[in-house]
Amino acid sequence: MTALAWLVPIALFLGTLGLAAFMWALRSGQFEDLEGAAYRALEDDRLEDEDLTKK
Amino acid sequence: MTAQSPALHFAAGAQKVAPEGATLTLAVQNMHCGGCLRSVERAALKVPGAEAARASLAAKRVSVVYDQARASAADFIAALNDAGFTAAPLEAAKTGGDDARQKYLLRCMAVAGFAAMNIMLISVAVWSGEAGDMDPAMAVAFRWISALIALPAVAYAGQPFFRSALAALKGRRLNMDVPISLAIILATFMSVYQTMRGSEQVYFDAAVSLLFFLLVGRFLDETLRVRARGEAQNLLSLQSGVVTLIETGGTRRMAPAHALRPGDRLLVATGERIAADGVVLAGAGQIDQSLITGETAPARVKIGQDVYAGTLNLGRPLEIEVRAADSATLLAEISRLMLAAEQGKARYRRLADRAAAIYAPAVHGLGLATFLGWVFAGASWQTGLTYAIAVLIITCPCALALAVPAVQIAASSRLFRRHVIVKAADGLERIAEADMVVFDKTGTLTLGRPALIDGICVSENALKAAASVAATSKHPYARAIVAAAEKRFGRVVPVSGVEEVSGCGLRRFLAQGEERLGSAEWCGVNSKGEGSEVWFRRYGMPPVRFRFADSVRSDAAEVVAALKCEGYRVAMLSGDRCAVVEKIAREVGIETWKAELKPAEKIAWLDACAAEGHKVFMVGDGLNDAPALAVAHASMSPASAADISQRAADFVFQGEKLAPTLDAISTGKRARSMALQNFAVALVYNVICVPLAMAGTVTPLIAAIVMSTSSILVTANAARLAGKGHP
Repeated sequence: MTALAWLVPIALFLGTLGLAAFMWALRSGQFEDLEGAAYRALEDDRLEDEDLTKK
Repeated sequence: MTAQSPALHFAAGAQKVAPEGATLTLAVQNMHCGGCLRSVERAALKVPGAEAARASLAAKRVSVVYDQARASAADFIAALNDAGFTAAPLEAAKTGGDDARQKYLLRCMAVAGFAAMNIMLISVAVWSGEAGDMDPAMAVAFRWISALIALPAVAYAGQPFFRSALAALKGRRLNMDVPISLAIILATFMSVYQTMRGSEQVYFDAAVSLLFFLLVGRFLDETLRVRARGEAQNLLSLQSGVVTLIETGGTRRMAPAHALRPGDRLLVATGERIAADGVVLAGAGQIDQSLITGETAPARVKIGQDVYAGTLNLGRPLEIEVRAADSATLLAEISRLMLAAEQGKARYRRLADRAAAIYAPAVHGLGLATFLGWVFAGASWQTGLTYAIAVLIITCPCALALAVPAVQIAASSRLFRRHVIVKAADGLERIAEADMVVFDKTGTLTLGRPALIDGICVSENALKAAASVAATSKHPYARAIVAAAEKRFGRVVPVSGVEEVSGCGLRRFLAQGEERLGSAEWCGVNSKGEGSEVWFRRYGMPPVRFRFADSVRSDAAEVVAALKCEGYRVAMLSGDRCAVVEKIAREVGIETWKAELKPAEKIAWLDACAAEGHKVFMVGDGLNDAPALAVAHASMSPASAADISQRAADFVFQGEKLAPTLDAISTGKRARSMALQNFAVALVYNVICVPLAMAGTVTPLIAAIVMSTSSILVTANAARLAGKGHP
């Protein structure tokens, strides 16, 4: 039974971590364009970086 | 323009750039895939002065950050046009705001979902422990952990409901949120009390998962609303587009149409739509007023005359001074009629609201009866209250709250794939009730643009030659000639050396002589035509006449037949002349028609139908239809419609076919039957469970199972509508 004293807080901590990650993703706009994101995943990342911040 | 668009947050956040320039959001019409997405961003970034660009495929928009000293909105529009995309600026004030509420609901949903999952995890352990050999002290500890998760979650995620319930109570009304809030708050606090007493009647899991399911419903509802509003905004922006302003020094500048102010002077080129109501300062010629009056024959305009937004300039370029909309008599009348019509429509009550009106008092009554019943029967107040809470939780309109939004979002996704935008969610309910369909003529049953009518009579040679000359012009008649030639001979190759003389026509000098394509006067012909004609004169050959008329949408007759077959009464109302209307009516097979109607007369006609007990579904596009669209039970307009009509309509459809009207009707009907099925599911659950709850035999476990299954069943039922029938 002492295992539970560890496991329950760990389970709750991991759950909170997931919630925090979701909130971060939402705040940083990753759900703005779900359709476009599907295509962006296939893009060449290096090109993407260059294009988005043209100096 | 300091407010940064939300779409850019990600780009800016991830790349650690802090753009200091202005932000502009453009609606991009034909962006469909990942390739388009990249092309749009690349094209926007190529504009000198562009700092960042981020396109959104879901919203069909692109946000750009740029240096105002080096670039302007018109530069981006031109760059996107070159890349093959039609773009238009959105009104800055109207972007954002909408998303804020949607995001707030999503955050609440996430918190409630997290809490529901964890509490359920613990509850399952407790429930199985009750059957097994769980140490009672452990069960109590687990209930305390549940309480610790549930209290903050309810305090945060319950706010949307608590606020709405409070607002309703302040207005001395009852809405669905009152029993919801009551159930959640009572259940939570009673459970805390029961935990302190060490009782088993603890409802944290039920209260939080109830909150979660309800928030899913709210979120879907809001998503639908935001998406519909965004789509409608895109359409309107794309339609008004960009205008050429003449500044005081005489210099010309491109500007977005929505930025026009009274007193601005603008130049309207041949073949361009007039973007604002105004008075003609210079130039004279013909304009196509079909969007305003339904009349297809062009009207003459001269200096000092009023012109309306949405009319098409067929003649010489016009210089127009923009006037305030309310000073124009026609528009003033239309707006007055619209206002009256919309007040009438506000009386419609949504299906969910009607259900809530019956449901909310019933729930309160049953809860109270349970409490009083048990107390009078001699039970303690704690027992009575616990059973009353069980009743509230069981009856709480979980499935009911999901029933309508889940169906409507599925229905609107389905229609969206078929090029219909659902602007008003309750439009889906109203269209299902319609038993009569009324069409406008110009631009609705017809395409609202000229087509060559006797192309067969014109010699092949002449049509080919005329089309080659016409291919260089954007004038609607020239385009119609090219379209007719392309239909007969395939591709038309434009010739070089063609000069456009505005207001007259096109000409080309050849070694053998001159070719002219244009008005009768310009070609030296003495014709008494009504204006819908163009002449083509070549050296040493008799002049050839091309006549134009508005052509009927290709599937108009089929759609009318299909509607009649399903038992709808079909009618046509038009502002056009009798002869034209009669001809079209016969062509598409409509027996009931009225011609030469003014906007007020259209309303009167619809009112008469309503008085006979008909529920009218109106399809129209013109400014003159706008009040009728607003007064009809349900309404639809094509994407080419006047913007005031698009605003009034419940649905907007795109493309050259009329079939979307049928899709909208059938989807509306299926959506209604599914919403009713969902209500039935919710009702069956209640009929079974409420007596059990009142008798006090419902345990927290049963409450949790019943609630989840009914919600899942309802959502799955709605998903049937979206899943099937890809076009």
